[in-house]
Amino acid sequence: MTRVSAGRGLARFDIHRPNALLFVGPAVLVLFVWMIVPLALSLYYSVRRYNLLVLERRGFVGLLNYRLLLLDPTFWTAVVNTLVLVVLVLAATIGLGLILALLFNRDFTAKNVARTLAISPFFVMPVVTALMWKNMLFHPVFGLLAWVAQSLGGEPIDWLATYPMLSVVAIISWEWTPFATLILLTALQSLPGDLLEAVRIDGAGRWGEFRYIVIPHLLRPISALLMLQTIFFLTIFAEIYATTSGGPGLATTTLPYFIYLKALLQFDIGSASAGAIFAVILANVVAVFLLRAISRNIFQGELP
Amino acid sequence: MLKWRLLVSFVSLAFASSLLAPSPSPAQATTITIATVNNPDMIIMQKLTPAFEQQNPNIKVSWVVLPENELRQKVTTDISTNAGSYDVMTIGMYEVLSGWAKNGWLLPFDSLPSAYDGQDLLKPVRAGLSYKGTLYAVPFYAESSMTYYRKDLFAAKGLTMPQRPTWTQVEAFAKAIHNPSKRTYGICLRGLPGWGENMAFLTTLVNTFGGRWFDEKWQPQLTSPEWKQAVGFYVNLMRNYGPPGVTSNGFTENETLLANGNCAMWVDATVAAGYLANPQTSKVAKNVGFAYAPVAVTRNGSHWLWAWALGIPKSTKKADAARAFIYWATSKAYINMVGEKEGWTSVPPGTRYSTYQNSAYIKAAPFATLVEALINEADPTHPTAKPVPYVGVQFAAIPEFQGIGTQTGQAIAGALAGKMTIDQALQQAQSNAENVMRQAGYIK
Repeated sequence: MTRVSAGRGLARFDIHRPNALLFVGPAVLVLFVWMIVPLALSLYYSVRRYNLLVLERRGFVGLLNYRLLLLDPTFWTAVVNTLVLVVLVLAATIGLGLILALLFNRDFTAKNVARTLAISPFFVMPVVTALMWKNMLFHPVFGLLAWVAQSLGGEPIDWLATYPMLSVVAIISWEWTPFATLILLTALQSLPGDLLEAVRIDGAGRWGEFRYIVIPHLLRPISALLMLQTIFFLTIFAEIYATTSGGPGLATTTLPYFIYLKALLQFDIGSASAGAIFAVILANVVAVFLLRAISRNIFQGELP
Repeated sequence: MLKWRLLVSFVSLAFASSLLAPSPSPAQATTITIATVNNPDMIIMQKLTPAFEQQNPNIKVSWVVLPENELRQKVTTDISTNAGSYDVMTIGMYEVLSGWAKNGWLLPFDSLPSAYDGQDLLKPVRAGLSYKGTLYAVPFYAESSMTYYRKDLFAAKGLTMPQRPTWTQVEAFAKAIHNPSKRTYGICLRGLPGWGENMAFLTTLVNTFGGRWFDEKWQPQLTSPEWKQAVGFYVNLMRNYGPPGVTSNGFTENETLLANGNCAMWVDATVAAGYLANPQTSKVAKNVGFAYAPVAVTRNGSHWLWAWALGIPKSTKKADAARAFIYWATSKAYINMVGEKEGWTSVPPGTRYSTYQNSAYIKAAPFATLVEALINEADPTHPTAKPVPYVGVQFAAIPEFQGIGTQTGQAIAGALAGKMTIDQALQQAQSNAENVMRQAGYIK
């Protein structure tokens, strides 16, 4: 991490020059209002007994909300589900995105139309995506998959009940693969042609070309994708809300959905805030681990 | 992180609405904001608003129409924080009884104008919207639950549906008619988790099997033999004779399935009758039959009682205009206007005795007398055979119930999908309910 030169840049920046404060001020203010205030409020509510519907018995309860949360098996199921969901969707989107990017990087007729079509799922709103998959594809009576199964003489499968987590992963992957494709495709197009020529002269085959030139070239965009998508996927909510409602049982109850249940179903603002603080901690832990892993793997062996 | 997003959207919404707030016009027109559910009956109310605005030229109405869950979240957060975004709120019996009236959040309707004829409101419905004898919200429509069945499918098998079926009979009928290869399923019931979805139905089933949510000391009873028996019966019934995908089916999904001819039987809200008997919306309009909700051990609580009502939050500054609108939208004249303009099967049911004395309605709606009888027979104070400390047939009117009900619903959906056994599901629901009740101070 010593390579990152942002630290040195900051040191040179003179905060005492009045102009600088003037320019930095608005950004700091916006950041404060949009981030610190909600976070502070969440912290405040997380140590209080505060149910919107109950006027009695409100007030400071210390760490009770946290203790109850940690003792709640539902909460731990939600944490595990969140991590499973994030990892599976990351693998699916980056894997598929890489394949699609390599395909679309070639020359073929109607290349632009095909690219646009491949990217379009990203522009469909999450709730619409979820409802489309639920009612038009997965539905065991009216859905396309049920029709295919029946036409082939099979039994229709109730996807959302039988394989809830995989179904949700499929929906989110469909939605987010275009994003990965887009990033990786742009990265591929910035790959210098002379590099490829050079390895070919050195006698590398297709695989060698891919393994020693394309993959190292894509490591940075992939690490950026990992970071960005992890942050987005930790907060996935609409797709679950519109398809499985966190079920059946607790099969797809993730941390955001769990917080939603506490806040807007039980109107228990205290517990929900405690859950939200945990979500923030979880996101930071994941981010730190990811950053470590990425910096170790990517920046290793590069020029100093 | 979700919380941040919510807060951010709250802040931006508040900002936007302050910009959009209308400035008082010279004619002193008052604009009232009404929050309501996107059910067909409310959509008609919205459509007929110009008639109200003509009668009251100095009142303008602006609508916020939302699906049930979102509406409940919006109005609950609004009223509990005294935000005052709405002048009229569409709320249910549960809200009134679970503390909104007790908390002093709603303005009472203690002096109804004589022209309004408050004595004409159905007694159980009026009682379900009152707290300590005072009415806190006026019913817009009310419903119970009943059995819908396909007369043609029953006739083809030589079966007859009794007026008051038992669950054992219903199971036998379902077995006889179930034919999945032709996409005809023996019985459709709710499976989508939620206290207002699968648990509304399941609570009536548990009630009639003799079970209850809490004993007299507020101890949750979810692992009692009655619950195990009722839930076991439900899971077997749906696995053997239900459509695929039960755990995604709520009220709307089942209504669509029945209207498309996929279900032989369905036990659900009486308000679906108008939709199912209307040839424009239902393929089986001619063949749909109506009967009482099935019974197992006790008749108490075998069918529910629910009303959507209009209430006025105390945070409003336009109480008079709000009252004027509510009296208009729940009046006899309004019901007649809907009958004449939209057809008699579309009038809001279950609120007034006079609706059921109207020959035009009785003629157009073959289910009318049954619905009136069902509503009159439902008793929220005796929802099952044993005594209970709470009020409500398909819910327990305490603020904690929404959370308990929904988590129980999720657990039972898990059992139905085969993710866990019935005993595991009920045990999980029980320990969750105990935690919530302990945290809230009902039990030690």
